[in-house]
Amino acid sequence: MTAIPFATAPSLRSNRRWALIAAYACLGIFVIFFLFPPYYMLVTSLKTNAEIAELASNPWIVTDGVTFGHYEHLLTESSFPRFFLNTTIVTVIVVAITMVISVLAAYSLARLRFWGSGVLATGVFLTYLVPDTLLFIPLFKIVGWLGLLDTYWSLILVYPTLTVPFCTWIMIGYFGSIPRELDEAALIDGANHLQMLLKVFIPVALPGLIAATIFAFTVSWANFLYPLAYIYSESEMVLTVGTVTTLIKGDVFHWGGLMAGALLAAAPPVILYAFLMDYYIAGLTSGATKG
Amino acid sequence: MRVLPPLLRRKPAVAVLMCVPLFALILGLVAYPFFHALFLATLNKAETAFVGLDNFTFLFGRQTFWMVVRQSLLFALVAVVFKALIGLAAAHAINTIPTKGQRKWRGMMLIPWVIPPALSTLGWWWLFEPTYSAINWGLTKFALPAVPWLSDTFWARFSIILVNVWVGAPFFLIMYLAALKSIPGELYEAADMDGAGPWQKFFYITLPMIRNIIAITTLFSIIVTLANFDIVRVLTQGGPLNSTHLFATYAFRVGIESGDIPLGAAVSLFMFPMLAILAFIILRNVRRRAASLA
Repeated sequence: MTAIPFATAPSLRSNRRWALIAAYACLGIFVIFFLFPPYYMLVTSLKTNAEIAELASNPWIVTDGVTFGHYEHLLTESSFPRFFLNTTIVTVIVVAITMVISVLAAYSLARLRFWGSGVLATGVFLTYLVPDTLLFIPLFKIVGWLGLLDTYWSLILVYPTLTVPFCTWIMIGYFGSIPRELDEAALIDGANHLQMLLKVFIPVALPGLIAATIFAFTVSWANFLYPLAYIYSESEMVLTVGTVTTLIKGDVFHWGGLMAGALLAAAPPVILYAFLMDYYIAGLTSGATKG
Repeated sequence: MRVLPPLLRRKPAVAVLMCVPLFALILGLVAYPFFHALFLATLNKAETAFVGLDNFTFLFGRQTFWMVVRQSLLFALVAVVFKALIGLAAAHAINTIPTKGQRKWRGMMLIPWVIPPALSTLGWWWLFEPTYSAINWGLTKFALPAVPWLSDTFWARFSIILVNVWVGAPFFLIMYLAALKSIPGELYEAADMDGAGPWQKFFYITLPMIRNIIAITTLFSIIVTLANFDIVRVLTQGGPLNSTHLFATYAFRVGIESGDIPLGAAVSLFMFPMLAILAFIILRNVRRRAASLA
C-alpha cells in the first residue's frame, strides 16, 4: 500500500530478468532430462563391441574411435531391412485406408446430417478413447479366424481401429470450420459430392489432413502390442517387435547393434516431425484450446 | 432467390453411404470384439465349456491379481501427476522466453514423445543394465551408491514411472503451451499494473484460464497410462516377482504367453469400468465446451 507505485517500474524489469534466467535454467535441465537417453543410444551405437564391454572408461563418450560397424551389420547381415520394408508396407496401406475412411465419414458427419449422425460422432470420440490393450485378446481370436495370424496383414486389419477414430474426429473439426458459403457457392455451380470434397473441402482443410496423416503414420509405425501378440515369424515382423525380440541374441546382448537398430527404426517418425511438427501440433491442440 | 439444388442437405442416403466404412470398422473391430471379450471371459481355458464368473472369482482370489490392480493405479496416478507438473513447468518456461527461440526448445523437448516408446525404452533398458548402467557410473562418480534399477521392487516401479514420465511429459507440454498462448496478454498487463508478482499471476490468471485443458489432458493421460504396455513389457516384463505388472502386461502374460485366453480377456476387461468412467467425464467436458462455443 505504501511504496508500490514508485517501486513498480524497476522491480518489474528485474522481475522479468529473473524470470528469464529461471526459465532458461529450467529449460536446460529439462532438455538434458529429455535428451540424454537418445544421446546415450547414439553414443553406444557408434562404439566398438570391445569398448562397450569395457567397464573402466567413461560410458557417455566414445573414447576408442567411432565405428559404423553396427549399422553396417544391421543393414547387410540381419533381418532389419526386412522389418523396415514390412513396417513401410503396413504403414502406407494403413494411412491410405485411414484417410479414405475418415475423410468420407468426416465430410458426411460435418455437413450432411442424417438420423443417428450425432450418435455416430459421439461413438467415434469414444472409440478414440479405447486403448489397444483393452481388445487385443478378442482381436487375436478374430485375426486367427480370418487366417491372418503370423502375417503383417493382421496389422493392416487392426491398426485402423486405432487411427480412424482420431483422424475422423479432427477432420470433423476442420471440415466443420469451413464456412458454409463456400459449399453453397460450389453447389450453385452444380458440383456433386465428390467434386465438392475433392475441390473444396480437402484443399481448404489440408493442414488438418496433414495432421491426421501424421497421426496415422505415427500410430502404425510405433505400435508394439499387436505385432508382438500376432506375429512370430521373423519374415513378417515389423520394426518395433523385430528390434526388441530378434536383435537380442541368446545371453550375449549386442548393445551396439540394438541401439543402432532402435535409432534407425525411430528415424522416419522423428524426421517427419522435424518438418511437419507445426501442422501436427495445430491439429492436436485445435480441439482442446478453442474457447 | 435461387433455390439450392436438393442435392446435399436432402440426401441422407449418400450421407449414410459415406459413413458405412467407419460404421463397419467400429462395429466389426471395436464393438464386436468387446462383446466377444465378455463372452470369452466366461469360458474355461480350453474354451470348451461355459464357466460363468469363475475366471473373475479366480482372479479375485489371487494375490498377484490384486498386486496388479494396486500397481496399475499407483503407476497411473504417480506418473500422470509428474507428467502434468513437468509439462506445466516446461510449457511455462518456454512461454517466458522470447518467441524467436521457442520453436527450437519445444522441438528438442518433444523428441521423447516422437520416438516409438518400445524403442526408446530399449535405450532406458541399456541405461539401467545392472553391470554397465551408465547412470550408475555417473552416480558412483558423485560418490553415490549404485542403484539396482530393475531388480529391486521399489526401484523397478520407480524406473517404470520414470520412463513413462519421460515419454509422456512432452504431450502435456504441447497442450499446456497451446493453452498458455490462448490467454490474452492484457490480463497480465492489468495484473502488472496492480503490482501482482509472478506467483500471483500464475495462481490467479494462468491456472484458472487453463484449468479446463489441464483437466481434459490429465483425464486423457490417465487412460493412456493405465492402459500402458510397451514400457513395462520391454523394461521388466512384469518382474521382479510380478511387482511391476500392469493390467495390459499381465493380460498378455496370462492370455497370450500362457495360452489362457479367457483369463487374459477377463484381466483386460478389468480396465473397462475405469476407462468408461474417465471417458464419460471427458465426453461431458468436451460436450460442455462445444455447447459454450456454439
